[in-house]
Amino acid sequence: MERWLSMVAGAMLAGWGLQRRDALGGTAVVGAAALLYHGATGRGAIYDMGGANGGRRRGMALVADRYSDTRQRLGGGRGIHVEESVTINKPIAEVFRFWRNFENLPQFMEHLDSVATREEGISHWVAKGPAGTHVEWDARIINEIDNKLIGWQSLEGSTIATAGSVNFDETEHGTRVRVHLQYDPPGGKVGAMVAKLFGEEPNQTVREDLRRFKRLLETGEIPTTEGQPTGRRSMALHPSAKRAGRVQDMRRRSLSTGAVR
Amino acid sequence: MKAVCWEGTNRIGVQRVPDPTILNPRDAIVRITSTAICGSDLHLYDGFIPTMERGDILGHEFMGIVEDVGQGVTNLQRGDRVIVPFPISCGNCWFCEHELYSCCDNSNPNAWIAEKFYGYSPAGLFGYSHMMGGYAGGQAEYARVPYADVGPFKVPESLTDEQVLFLTDIFPTGYMAAENCNIQPGDIVAVWGGGPVGQFSIRSAFLLGASRVIAIETVPERRRMAEQAGAETLDSMDPDVFERLRDMTGGFGPDACIDAVGLEAHGPHIDYYYDKAKTMAMMSTDRISALRQAIHSCRKGGTVSVPGVYGGFVDKMPFGAVVQKGLTIKSGQTHVHRYLPKLLRHIENGDIDPSFVVTHRVALDDAPRMYQTFRDKQDGCIKVVMKPH
Repeated sequence: MERWLSMVAGAMLAGWGLQRRDALGGTAVVGAAALLYHGATGRGAIYDMGGANGGRRRGMALVADRYSDTRQRLGGGRGIHVEESVTINKPIAEVFRFWRNFENLPQFMEHLDSVATREEGISHWVAKGPAGTHVEWDARIINEIDNKLIGWQSLEGSTIATAGSVNFDETEHGTRVRVHLQYDPPGGKVGAMVAKLFGEEPNQTVREDLRRFKRLLETGEIPTTEGQPTGRRSMALHPSAKRAGRVQDMRRRSLSTGAVR
Repeated sequence: MKAVCWEGTNRIGVQRVPDPTILNPRDAIVRITSTAICGSDLHLYDGFIPTMERGDILGHEFMGIVEDVGQGVTNLQRGDRVIVPFPISCGNCWFCEHELYSCCDNSNPNAWIAEKFYGYSPAGLFGYSHMMGGYAGGQAEYARVPYADVGPFKVPESLTDEQVLFLTDIFPTGYMAAENCNIQPGDIVAVWGGGPVGQFSIRSAFLLGASRVIAIETVPERRRMAEQAGAETLDSMDPDVFERLRDMTGGFGPDACIDAVGLEAHGPHIDYYYDKAKTMAMMSTDRISALRQAIHSCRKGGTVSVPGVYGGFVDKMPFGAVVQKGLTIKSGQTHVHRYLPKLLRHIENGDIDPSFVVTHRVALDDAPRMYQTFRDKQDGCIKVVMKPH
């Protein structure tokens, strides 16, 4: 059934993409081909190519409990790996506490709708998916050292296999927060590849999340210009503005890519 | 409200736009009583600064009356008369805590664009491109001021707008340029550019103890203004500026050189035409003939201080002279907040009256014409102040 759906979706996407005859259409055709391949063989096309992300393996130590399938789904070079860090001019205890209260995360993680703590160590995550849909999963804290480390992973059988850890260190310039995420999003690496073509690079996304985290903690708000007055934007944009504007639009586009993204 | 908008290279318009509103708890709205056109606005006018968008509201030198404050602002209230520093600074980050206000880590919503250009993002600025935050500027009837508990600085009623307006940018900018020269008693300071920042650099160099200041400027009325401050002057189109500076300093060279010209320098030498050709062919972004001459002219072990705005890449930078003569180069967007109490005292004491620089007083509606007049240095134009209210 799932393969059949892939075939239908692939055919529709290919038709639409071929009609457009532009960059977006081309991207759609690439995505369509992957869906058709998956439909026909039950395998992920890019997955088989040895991993679009092979270069990011770097001997990542996976935090996963051995009874879950998360280890299997994220082991080796599978899944997407993201590492980013930020330094926050606030005491380590305050930074740790804010993150440890997972309910706070959607305040700065743009694609998260909500996180609810269910029972000790288990939380329910809701992320914004494509086209107004939602992706939900449960995660469990598998490692926690006060003011030092939080590690989590999705429960067995989740739609998204995800694991992550955050490290907190005191430095001369403030509290250094290092985030390491792994996820296997719906659509696998194909999803991330397409996302990348659209300008939504997971590292940059996480970097922007961490930037908002820092700004929220340091200043109590996130700077914005949305809603400020401007003059007429009509007519052709300045070429450089057009470029910047395009990138910005893409960054606003939501595309579910897993745990904290 | 009415606002001065960027409509493309060489195109400025006055448009009706919505009034600004409080968007964040630490915002304030200021009703603008005086606002100036800065020399650096001319770089936007001439299309040298990337990431401008049609409709962007210009202006970063403005002051007025606090009209409204967000719930996070407790040190200001409606009716306060304030000047607003041009860099937007949060006051909380490591950089603000170290008084590097123009390097604020948090105020640029488009930090990621600036990071592509510069590695790390400086502070957001009012009305100065999307790379610098895309904030609406203050050449308008009202402006929204973020982090209003940090930026706006109350000024006494006893001083006129024109006496305090330039605390927003050009006075501290000239002052920081001079301070960066680490002036010792007896020092000779050479200043390239007799525009407003150059004029304040000259006066600040004297305030900080320079024995002589030599201004290099081609426009006669600007040279006269420099001479009124006690500077000696040279014509920048004179092909022998280096030789003349050498003579005037007994073959020693100026102790410090200030480039208050920036990326649209003009000069009499072949290197100017080289820069011009390269920037026109989009192979380089900035013209640096003033900076080259400053580096070449500076004495060994001296300081080159650069308040002039550069945006991107420069070509044929005489870095050998920097290394071989052991020069110190200091620059940066001005950390305005750092200088306000001290400079206000200088104004109150009568050490300096910044209103000397104003040559044109006009209405907001006159902005398009005045950008041109200022850019083309017509009509003796050195500084334009507009009165929206």
